[in-house]
Amino acid sequence: MTPLLQAKGVTKRYGARLGCGDVSFDLYPGEVMGIVGESGSGKSTLLSCLAGHLVPDAGKVIYDTRAQGPRDVLALPEPERRMLGRTDWAFVHQNPRDGLRMGVSAGANVGERLMAVGARHYGQIREQAVDWLGRVEIAPDRIDDRPRAFSGGMQQRLQIARNLVTGPRLVFMDEPTGGLDVSVQARLLDLLRGLVREMGLSAIVVTHDLAVVRLLADRLMVMKDGAVVETGLTDQVLDDPQHGYTQLLVSSVLQV
Amino acid sequence: MTAHDPNYNFAYLDEQTKRMIRRALLKALAIPGYQVPFASREMPMPYGWGTGGVQVTAACLTPEDTLKVIDQGADDTTNAVSIRKFFERTAGVAVTGHTAEASLIQTRHRIPETPLTEGQILVYQVPIPEPLRFLEPRETETRRMHALEEYGLMYVKLYEDIAHNGEISTAYAYPVRVEGRYVMDPSPIPRFDNPKLESAAIQLFGAGREQRIYALPPYCRVTSLDFEDHPFDPSKADHDCDLCGCGTSYLDEVIVDDAGGRMFVCSDTDFCAGRQAEGHQGRLSRKETA
Amino acid sequence: MIQLTDVSKSFVLHNQGGAVIPVIAGASLTVAAGECVALVGNSGAGKSTLMRMIWGNYLCGSGSIRVGGVDVSGAEPREVLHMRREVLGYVSQFLRVVPRVPTLDVVAEPALAGGVPRDKALDRARGLLARLNVPERLWGLSPTTFSGGEQQRVNIARGFVHDLPAMLLDEPTASLDATNRAVVLDLILEAKARGAAIVGIFHDAAGRAAVCDREIDVSGFAPPARA
Repeated sequence: MTPLLQAKGVTKRYGARLGCGDVSFDLYPGEVMGIVGESGSGKSTLLSCLAGHLVPDAGKVIYDTRAQGPRDVLALPEPERRMLGRTDWAFVHQNPRDGLRMGVSAGANVGERLMAVGARHYGQIREQAVDWLGRVEIAPDRIDDRPRAFSGGMQQRLQIARNLVTGPRLVFMDEPTGGLDVSVQARLLDLLRGLVREMGLSAIVVTHDLAVVRLLADRLMVMKDGAVVETGLTDQVLDDPQHGYTQLLVSSVLQV
Repeated sequence: MTAHDPNYNFAYLDEQTKRMIRRALLKALAIPGYQVPFASREMPMPYGWGTGGVQVTAACLTPEDTLKVIDQGADDTTNAVSIRKFFERTAGVAVTGHTAEASLIQTRHRIPETPLTEGQILVYQVPIPEPLRFLEPRETETRRMHALEEYGLMYVKLYEDIAHNGEISTAYAYPVRVEGRYVMDPSPIPRFDNPKLESAAIQLFGAGREQRIYALPPYCRVTSLDFEDHPFDPSKADHDCDLCGCGTSYLDEVIVDDAGGRMFVCSDTDFCAGRQAEGHQGRLSRKETA
Repeated sequence: MIQLTDVSKSFVLHNQGGAVIPVIAGASLTVAAGECVALVGNSGAGKSTLMRMIWGNYLCGSGSIRVGGVDVSGAEPREVLHMRREVLGYVSQFLRVVPRVPTLDVVAEPALAGGVPRDKALDRARGLLARLNVPERLWGLSPTTFSGGEQQRVNIARGFVHDLPAMLLDEPTASLDATNRAVVLDLILEAKARGAAIVGIFHDAAGRAAVCDREIDVSGFAPPARA
C-alpha cells in the first residue's frame, strides 16, 4: 500500500530557534494521526509545513495525488498546490473565524468550495449545502444566516462542513476542539469520529488535549522542543509511554 | 477646434504623464480585463468625480477629437458639464452631445444606446476596479486569485444574491469574464448595459483613486457571470419612455409631483432627443402636444 | 494462534530518577485454536500486563508475540489496529466509550469495523444484548449512565459481537449475577467450539474450571530479584 502522505526530514527554523526538526513519518489511507506536545513544541509549525502554508527549510512532503500518484507537494506549481488545498485536502482551524467567511451565509460558506471547483448550478449547490449542514447537525433553516449569528460550536461544525463538502481525502486539524465548552467538545469529537470513519478520511490532528487524541487518533506523535520524542499506537503511547517527557505529559493530566 | 488655455499643457497633463498613461493603456489593451497599475496624478477635482476617467481621456485626446461627456446617460448634469468644460478649456477640442459625432466619449455609469462604431473610444470612470473586493479585502490575495483564475469567490456573491433575494439582484457593476480569462468589474453601469460591452469601439477604464487602468479592445468577448439555473438577465424597468416611446432603452424613473406621480424617461438624453426629433412620441409627450 | 516466546517487560520511570522496574522475564506460552488458557497468579504478578502486551497496548521489551500472522512486538500501529479488527478481540474490565453513542451502536461497532453489513451487525448486537438480559428500553441510550453490571454486560456483548479467531478476556464474569454469569460462560464455550483461541483472567475459580483447558501461572515469569 502507498502511503497517502510521507514526511521526510521536514525541518523549519525561525532564525536560530528550531521550529520543528527532521520530522519523518508515513500516513496511510484511513489513518488518523495525533500530534501532541505543549505550546511551542513545534506541532503547529509542523502542521503548517505539511499543509503547505509554510515552506520548510529542508525536507520533503510527498502526497499521493489522485491523478499523478506521489508528488512532492513543495515542488508542485502554486495553482496545483492551491487546487489540492481546495479539493483533496481540508484544513480545520482552531478559530472558526480563520476558516470561515464571516460576511456571507452558512450556505455560501459550504458552497464556496463547490463553486471554486466549477459548480455552476445554484439549485445543486444549495442542495449539497443543506445536506452537509444536516450532517454536522445544523438545522436547514439556518442556511441563509451568517456565521456571526452562530455559537462557537456551530461555527466549528460549519467550518467542518465547508471543508468536507468536496470529499477530501486528507484533513489537517489544528486544535479542532480548542476554545469550546467540554460538552460541546464531546459532541464535536463524536461527529468528527463518525465522519472520519464514514468517509474513510485520513487526518492529522494537532492538539495538546490527550483526551481528544485518545478518541480520534489511531496513532500518536509526541513532540518536544521541535523534535519528535515518541511515536506509536495511541493507546500504547498513552498507557505505556516510553519517553520521560511523554510520561510527564500523561501523568500531568488531571483526573476527573 | 479652438485654441486651448495657454496656461496649461494640452489636455492639462504634462506629456511625460500622458506617455506613462498611454503605456498602461497599451498594456491593458494587450491583456483584456487585466488591471494595470498606473501612477495616478492629483487632478483638480475630488476623487469620485472621475479623476481616473479624466486622466485616461487626457492621455487619449488629440486636437482633432470631438468629445462627448455623459453622466448616468445625461450630457447636461453637473459632472458631465464640468468635465466637458475642463477639456474645452485645457485642450480646446470640439464637443458634442451626439453619440455618433463623438470620437471620444467619457462616461460615468452608462453605455450610450446608439451602437458605437470602429474608431470611437469610450472611457469609463471607475470607483472600485476590483470585482473580488466585496469578499476578499486583501489586495495580495485578489491579485493571486486573478493570476490563478480562482474565481469561485465571485460566484459566492451571486449565490448570496439568490439566497437572500430569490434572484441575482446585482443590478449594476455586474461582473463579467473577458475572453474567458479575467473577471472584470465593468464599472457601475446597469447590468442592462452588459451586452453592449461587446462593441466595435475601444473601451478604456480608469480608476484614479485606486490607480488602476483596464481595457476591452474592439470585438472582445465579454460574458456576464451566472448560474445554469439562474441565467443572466439584462433587466430594465417594465415601461416605455414617456417622452419618445422607446421600449428598448434603459429608463430613469422620475418623481414628478408630491402625490407619487412618476414618469419614465430614457436615461440616454441624446438618444431620447434624437428619437423625439424623428417624431417618436411617448405617453406624456402626446398630452403636451395635444 | 497466540504464541509468546521469551517475552520480557520492564517499566522505566524517567521522572522518578530513572527507576527500572522489571515485571516479566522469559515468558513463553502457546494457545492453539479452540483452546482456552487461564492466566493465574497473585495480584501484581503481571497477568494484566501480559494481556495488555498481547493486545499491543503495552510495548514488548524483548522476545516475540505472535497473534495470527502478526508479530505484535514489532508491528506498525496500523498493523496492530488491523489485528484488533480482524484477528483479536478484547473484553476489558472497563467500558470506555464516546458519550452520546447509543448502546446498540456501541455493541455493533466491532462487527461494523470488521466489515459486517449494518443490518446483520445490528441483529447480532440485539441478539447478544437480549441474551445478556440488558433491557431493550436501554438499547437506544448511551451506556455511560448504566450501572456497573449493565456496563459489564454491554462490554461483553461488544466483545462477542464479531467472531474473531482469538480473544482476550479480562475478568469477564466479575460483578455479574448467576444467570448472566452462566450466559457468559456459554458464550465462551461457543467461541471455543467455533475454534477461537482464548486467553483469560478469571478470579471466579468455578467459572475458570468450567471453560479453561489449561492454567498458566504467571509467577513463573517473574524476573529474577535484583542483587
